[in-house]
Amino acid sequence: MAPRQDIGGASVNRYGMHSPAAASPAVSAIRIQQLYKAYDGKAVVDGIDLEIAPGEFFGLLGPNGAGKTTTLRMLLGMTPIDGGQVEVLGLPMPEGERAVRERLGIVPQFDTLDPDFTVIENMRTYAAYFGLSGAEVQARIDRLLEQVNLNDKRGARIDALSGGMKRRLTLARALINEPEVVVLDEPTTGLDPQARHHLWRQLRALRASGVTLVLTTHYMEEAEELCDRIAIIDHGRIIACDAPSRLIAEHIEPWVLTVGGTDAGAVLQRELGAKDRAHQVADTWLVYTAEPDRLRERLRALGHEPTLREADLEDVFLKLTGHELRD
Amino acid sequence: MAHPAMPLLPRPSLRFVAVWKRNALVWRKLIVPSMLGNFGEPILYLLAFGYGFGRLVGDLDGMTYMVFIASGIICSSAMFTASFEGMYSAYTRMAEQNTWLGMLATPLTLDDIVFAEATWAATKGLISAVTILVVASLLGLVSDARALLALPVIFLAAFTFGALALVITALARSYDFFLYYFTLAVTPMLLLSGVFFPLTELPGWVQGLALALPLAHVLEIVRPLMTGAWPTAWLPHLAVIATYGLSAIILATYLIRRRLLR
Repeated sequence: MAPRQDIGGASVNRYGMHSPAAASPAVSAIRIQQLYKAYDGKAVVDGIDLEIAPGEFFGLLGPNGAGKTTTLRMLLGMTPIDGGQVEVLGLPMPEGERAVRERLGIVPQFDTLDPDFTVIENMRTYAAYFGLSGAEVQARIDRLLEQVNLNDKRGARIDALSGGMKRRLTLARALINEPEVVVLDEPTTGLDPQARHHLWRQLRALRASGVTLVLTTHYMEEAEELCDRIAIIDHGRIIACDAPSRLIAEHIEPWVLTVGGTDAGAVLQRELGAKDRAHQVADTWLVYTAEPDRLRERLRALGHEPTLREADLEDVFLKLTGHELRD
Repeated sequence: MAHPAMPLLPRPSLRFVAVWKRNALVWRKLIVPSMLGNFGEPILYLLAFGYGFGRLVGDLDGMTYMVFIASGIICSSAMFTASFEGMYSAYTRMAEQNTWLGMLATPLTLDDIVFAEATWAATKGLISAVTILVVASLLGLVSDARALLALPVIFLAAFTFGALALVITALARSYDFFLYYFTLAVTPMLLLSGVFFPLTELPGWVQGLALALPLAHVLEIVRPLMTGAWPTAWLPHLAVIATYGLSAIILATYLIRRRLLR
């Protein structure tokens, strides 16, 4: 990625020209106001307000069916907007869809690689969709394939690639137009830890080069690890939006005691502190508490083996969206 | 604020060329089986019917049966090739391979994509017509250079058949759905539009039915051009083909937008 320079508040893009969106420092990368979408009279996005600053790494979290993907699709001009406003890079959607998508990189949830083509042909064809061709693009393709470790797979057919390779190729393809904003819809679903960490490195490098990133994911540690700010969406609404550390500080007790066993529930009923919360998941109890020591000692004295850990984003997520199964 | 509804009319841009090129590139990789289907089969029909039937039938409309049927097979082959492309191949790209979804992550719009698919179907129809024309002229079945004028007409006709096929694709939930269209529209057109025998052999109401569909009009222009005559009333025939094509591309774009941009 060619880093953009910031000069006196107004950014200058890689071509050395002031792009219209960058002319005013007040322009957000993404600005959503009172966004609304309904299918068959049922609201799936129900009044979302969101502003993402240029250069920010933003995460959208939520259970399945919460409205994440629909929100993203409206952002990209792939779903008609029923109400509210969306601006990407200062341009209104969906009216500005061509101009916006010219400056956007999209990594969709499902594989859309072209199975009729090899790796290198996929890159060239995708570049052509942006109207890009010639020696400069060829050099860019070489660099991107190098970046995602696919240089030795240039001639490979898509069905010969592993899941991780396909994801990497999809990311490389999404960067062909040197986008200012990259949108990733569950990019690491189904990847092994190695592949996931590799992708994280790529995303951090993009973040460092000044690209705005918007990510949806079901992996809380991924969001916590990568994102500057996170919005938790449920039933089409944002129910919390802040930096991961602040979400944890504000929404959840700092400690989690985990205790198993059938009679643990009875013990907890007697011993639980006034401010503690207990929650049963299958045959395990989770106790959210600010003062874990007394309860831990009591449980130990009664022959239980509680484990103690710090609360994390997943605990916040489950508290805010509930423990019930979705889908 | 309410957003304006999607515009009714498609607004493709010149970016459609990139999609057309993508399809052409894939076709070039699979050229042997593809050409065998678009070209080998019609040639077999031409030779089998031409020689086999020709002796029984004798002359038709003042020409040998082989000459008569050559122009018919060029038109029907363009129709079949474009229809197949607009249905099976386009459906694969739309619903099976997510090719269009991938394109929608770029500055391309569905208007560009649908227009490119119809143009590509037209191109494949034209390729099949050209190859058959070459063989037919080698066999001495083509009268003069006027036959070349048939090619732009066939391109327009193949665009129309491709766009009509895309309407069916927009409504299809599986490949099986295409059999309805083939059985109810393509095959009747093949048999009733004057491909194998003159339209005038049929009862009046059947002729009326045939003339309500585009293929008969294609033949009314193409057959004279290939057999050394000028078509009569070419403009109304062309208008019917173009009207079908224009309506189909508008409807196909509308339906595919409604299907994919939800």
